[in-house]
Amino acid sequence: MQFHKYDVVIIGAGGAGMRAAIESGQRARTAVLTKLYPTRSHTGAAQGGMCAALANVEEDNWEWHTFDTIKGGDYLVDQDAAEIMAKEAIDAVLDLEKMGLPFNRTPEGKIDQRRFGGHTRNHGEAAVRRACYAADRTGHMILQTLYQNCVKHGIEFFNEFYVLDICLTETENGPVCTGAVAYELATGEIHVFQAKSVVFATGGFGKVFKTTSNAHTLTGDGMGIVFRKGLPLEDMEFYQFHPTGLAGLGILLTEGARGEGAILRNASGERFMERYAPTIKDLAPRDIVARSMALEVLEGRGAGPNKDYVLLDCTHLGAEVLETKLPDITEFARTYLAVDPVVEPVPVYPTAHYAMGGIPTNIHGEVLRDNDNVVPGLYAAGECACVSVHGANRLGTNSLLDINVFGRRAGIAAAEYALSRESHVDLPENPAASVEAQVALALSEHGQERVADIRTELQATMDANASVYRTEDTLKQALHDVQALKERYAHIQVQDKGKRFNTDLLEAVELGFLLELAEVLVHGALARKESRGGHAREDYPNRDDTNFMRHSMFYKQGDGLAADIRMDYKPVTFTRYKPMERKY
Amino acid sequence: MTATAETTAGSRGSQPPVPDGAVTVTVKIRRFNPEIDDEPRWDSFDIPALPSDRVLNLLHHIKWYVDGTLTFRRSCAHGICGSDAMRINGVNRLACKVLLKDLLEKGDKHTTITIEPIKGLPVNKDLLVNMEPFFEAFRAVKPYLVTYGNEPTRERIQSAADRERFDDTTKCILCACCTTSCPVYWAEGSYFGPAAIVNAHRFIFDSRDEGAEERLDILNDIDGVWRCRTTFNCTDACPRGIQVTKAIQEVKRALLFKRV
Repeated sequence: MQFHKYDVVIIGAGGAGMRAAIESGQRARTAVLTKLYPTRSHTGAAQGGMCAALANVEEDNWEWHTFDTIKGGDYLVDQDAAEIMAKEAIDAVLDLEKMGLPFNRTPEGKIDQRRFGGHTRNHGEAAVRRACYAADRTGHMILQTLYQNCVKHGIEFFNEFYVLDICLTETENGPVCTGAVAYELATGEIHVFQAKSVVFATGGFGKVFKTTSNAHTLTGDGMGIVFRKGLPLEDMEFYQFHPTGLAGLGILLTEGARGEGAILRNASGERFMERYAPTIKDLAPRDIVARSMALEVLEGRGAGPNKDYVLLDCTHLGAEVLETKLPDITEFARTYLAVDPVVEPVPVYPTAHYAMGGIPTNIHGEVLRDNDNVVPGLYAAGECACVSVHGANRLGTNSLLDINVFGRRAGIAAAEYALSRESHVDLPENPAASVEAQVALALSEHGQERVADIRTELQATMDANASVYRTEDTLKQALHDVQALKERYAHIQVQDKGKRFNTDLLEAVELGFLLELAEVLVHGALARKESRGGHAREDYPNRDDTNFMRHSMFYKQGDGLAADIRMDYKPVTFTRYKPMERKY
Repeated sequence: MTATAETTAGSRGSQPPVPDGAVTVTVKIRRFNPEIDDEPRWDSFDIPALPSDRVLNLLHHIKWYVDGTLTFRRSCAHGICGSDAMRINGVNRLACKVLLKDLLEKGDKHTTITIEPIKGLPVNKDLLVNMEPFFEAFRAVKPYLVTYGNEPTRERIQSAADRERFDDTTKCILCACCTTSCPVYWAEGSYFGPAAIVNAHRFIFDSRDEGAEERLDILNDIDGVWRCRTTFNCTDACPRGIQVTKAIQEVKRALLFKRV
């Protein structure tokens, strides 16, 4: 075992982690631990843009952005947090530009802006140009720019260090975070990092689904670790399905395509979104578009031999717009479906994309241990966190915004907290013991179950039973399946017993997190007997503000994979927006 | 362990159902685990695969159902993260961007796909190499915007034409396909390599940047741009379609004429 001591430890090197590191690293001694290399994170796959009311191309203001975010989130958004995000969005974009991000430019040389789903002028009048972008590789540019600036500031990275646990030390005022425990992939060694603050920025858990835009590595590790520590997770039933995944594959095609004028059509060529969202049509928020697409298919109007997808028509945009503003998605369609968007419409279907829920934090990124109290020294930002700025449904571009605004906030808060502490709080006894035991157990001979089989079955049941539309029956089926898979997981076999780059072991550990998080998702979806944002219940088709205008909180009860889940609720923070019926 | 070892399929138990339309292909992989092997060897795996499968799917099939010790990096699986650069049938590619249909032999001829780690970097295990020397070269060229003086309150103004000037080199995903396809880099690991120069280019030709001279000084070094022998391997290898050789030539020209 090796031992390290830092002021701040950041877990994850995607957008949120590196944005936090740029702040923290200039203030306090900071280490970034990542299970990948820094530029491999999935921030790089984000395409369309990052919204901020710069008003570079038409009138806009951050209050409209706040309203859109709250309405888009079906009023489950904490309004104080949304206000902060929309207000700080402007500086967040300008900061990135000053760091070197190559945004597309207007004819005057300012940052160009495009339309995006759910972002409107004057509280819903019409779509507004608010998304700052760099072709259809905005996330790539953000990830590269942030890494470049980490290099500039000499941020210390521990690459391919897989964090499996955090250290909580009990004090008379409750638990305090004192460090993190990582498994070094190169050597199989365990490392204990003592720290005054720890920041989780570990991303989402899209791999609970089969059809997903998420990377193989998005297995919810950070959320899983927090949950296993008995700390809560929030709003886990709200999972976003992005309308335009490449049919059958799930690879993302940006909403920016529709921002540039692309149209969704059913088998007969009808622009069906005119029926579901008469005002902003194809630029309705993702939950509404995804549900509409699923309905078109369910009602027999799907395209293709099996009538199981709809079509994204970009043909009228012309080759030049596609090649200059949407080059990557044009290439994806050509490479993976052999469809040329210049001349033919692209088969698309909703793909599991983004977790609205996650580790509950306040607006400083401090992690909550219950509705009212924080865990001193523990922070979270980005997709793994739930501030909650996305409520029941995140608007497109608001994730790139979230990682920058709240990554920055968490980085500053973590560093300032660390600097305010004279000395490190003692680590708990044997801080590495549970990780050592976990690794030893996984490598021991205790069964014949294959990780890939369990994962495949998990993803199949989640796709079939807990995706865009859900019912009591499908969710019960999913819960039954997940629990059975958890039992089988107790008998998995890791074939690679070595210490060197044991990715076989890594996948087994990741599957454990996926199973737990899938169960929490389904558990929450069963309990929420209403339809709101990304959570659509066929058997409860309406939003129920009387009973469910509140955040769900999930606590793990007891140890081991089979432990129970306890549910609680947390009030939504309102400032100035009263819930209204959501029409677009 | 020098000879070709034939691995029997199914060593991880029963195989998953074979999908309709699958063909059986042989995947021949360069294996090396310094923990147990004295030297590298070849393993061959006969597996069913669909023409629409990515090579990454084939590797996953082997890892998940045949041999869990097979080791490689991957993440996004659609050509964005740059994790899975490898040498496929002798050329550097991302495993997630090569489709089996483009590798299949014509007619009834059996297809064998050869996969090796990228060359020029130390092999850590199987297809996984030590990326540190690669990133070290990247970090050495000051790959970040260098500016002096006061920052503007709003964004810096940049014309669309100035922005376009360096667009091509902003696409780099640091996968190392280019650098590890370069014969000069194979021979002299101290050469910065194409990727580092591409990333220097991205800033040298950015109208907002004021660090061109510092960077050009670095690239004028004995291990800098002059090592390039314009073999175009890098341009052929780039999964992002970057005109790598052209970018290197532009940096050379900037050095010769002291002008960006």
